[in-house]
Parts: sequence; structure tokens; C-alpha cells
Amino acid sequence: MIDKLEGALGFYQDALNLRHERQKVLASNIANGDTPNYKARDIDFAQELSRVQQGTARQPVALSTTSPMHIGKPLADGSQTRELLYRVPAQPSLDGNTVDMDSERAQFTDNAVRYQTSLVMINSRIQGLKSAMQPE
Amino acid sequence: MSMFSIFEISGSAMSAQSQRMNVTASNLANADSVAGPDGQAYQAKQVIFESQMQGQQGVGGVRVSKVVEDPTPMREEYMPEHPLANEQGYVTMPNVEPVHEMVNMITASRSYQANVEVLNTSKQLMLKTLTLGEG
Repeated sequence: MIDKLEGALGFYQDALNLRHERQKVLASNIANGDTPNYKARDIDFAQELSRVQQGTARQPVALSTTSPMHIGKPLADGSQTRELLYRVPAQPSLDGNTVDMDSERAQFTDNAVRYQTSLVMINSRIQGLKSAMQPE
Repeated sequence: MSMFSIFEISGSAMSAQSQRMNVTASNLANADSVAGPDGQAYQAKQVIFESQMQGQQGVGGVRVSKVVEDPTPMREEYMPEHPLANEQGYVTMPNVEPVHEMVNMITASRSYQANVEVLNTSKQLMLKTLTLGEG
């Protein structure tokens, strides 16, 4: 039963999680719009979602350690395994910052709307399941 | 805590931008202050932004790492009747450039607005998420 629910809602849950993470990255870009040498980042949503779907979330690249004094491996909690890409700037700026505020805000709004779309999809899915469970 | 980190990110940017606006206001207010508490003319100040990394990934807010004094030379004005004039009749005036300060202020307020927008959008999304499945 729970397994079926997971199957029915799992995809949207993954999508929502990913949207939220992308929202965070874009918020960070906007926050650092005036920071010298900050490089704008982004997530390739389609690629990450298919990766999550295949259950092959990327393991962070780690050096093998042979001594406890070596620099440690990245956290193994699996939460920080998204591949963050760098944005290619359309116009160079003198201070080395690659945030294009207009495009970031457009992307942010776009991502917010898509997040809401996922929410609506989950909601209608839940409503569908609920009405299927009604005894008439 | 990850749910609320967007608030942290935008909040840090808003506080950094408002500090920048404070510094601009101080510069503009003191554009003609020929003598401060130390007897020297006011020196323009600038904030230095630095990104604040959370964890090993490049996502995070921003903070003001330090407030530096503008190194440009002070303005010398010829006012022989002024009590603070030197032997040649020149008074040392602050090196505040009002045009630069205005540009700085407008940029800071635009960035502040952008971050408020981010915060509002995230809040709406989060509230909508809370009502998930209610119908």
C-alpha cells in the first residue's frame, strides 16, 4: 500500500525537491549580485531529475584517504550531491562577477511557477487517490 | 533547516545591501565635513562584499567583510577666509564623490528590492506547500 503511494507520488516529490534546490541556488545568485568574483551557478534540472529517477544520484568525487590526517571525504548524507554548473556570462564585468540580474530573476520566477505546477500536480494526484478510496 | 535557507540567503543579502546604503548615506551626509572628531576631514567609506558559503558547494548568502576608506586623494579647496585653511589658503575637503554615491545608492536599493522579491516568492511557495493535499 505504502509502496503504491510512493510510486504514485514519488516522481512529483523528487521534482519538487529538485525545484526547491534550484530555487536556493538562484536565490544565492541574486543575493550575490554585487559580490566581486562571485560566479553564478545553476542546476541542469532535466539531467538531475533523470539521474534521481534512475537512482544514480551522483557520488561526490572524493580523494582516497590513507591517514586520518588527510582532508576528509565529503559528507555521505547524500543531500549535497547535485552537480552545480557555472553559468556562461553573456556580458563580462570588470569585477569578475557573472551574475546577470535580469536573467536570474527571470529564471527564479520561472522556477517558482514550475514549483507551483508540481504542487498542483501532486494535489490533483492526491485528490484522485482520495476519490478512488471513497465508498460511493 | 534546509527549508529556510532561502530566507537566510536573501536576508543576508538584504542586510548587506542596507549596510551599503548606510555607508552611502554617511558619505553623502558628510560630503562637506571638513573636520571630524580627530580634526581630519571625512574620508569616504566603501563596503566590501564577500560570499558566505554553506558547506562545500557554492551556494550561500553574502556578507560585508569589511568597510574600507576610499584611498582617493582629498579635495583641496581655496578658501583663505576659512578658519581651517592652511598657510596657502587651502582647506582639505572630503573625497566624497556625490555622483558615485548616488549610483551606489540606486544599485543597492535595486538589489535590495530583488532580494525582497525572492523572499516573498519563496514565502508564497512555502505556504502553498504547507497546504499540500488539503483540497
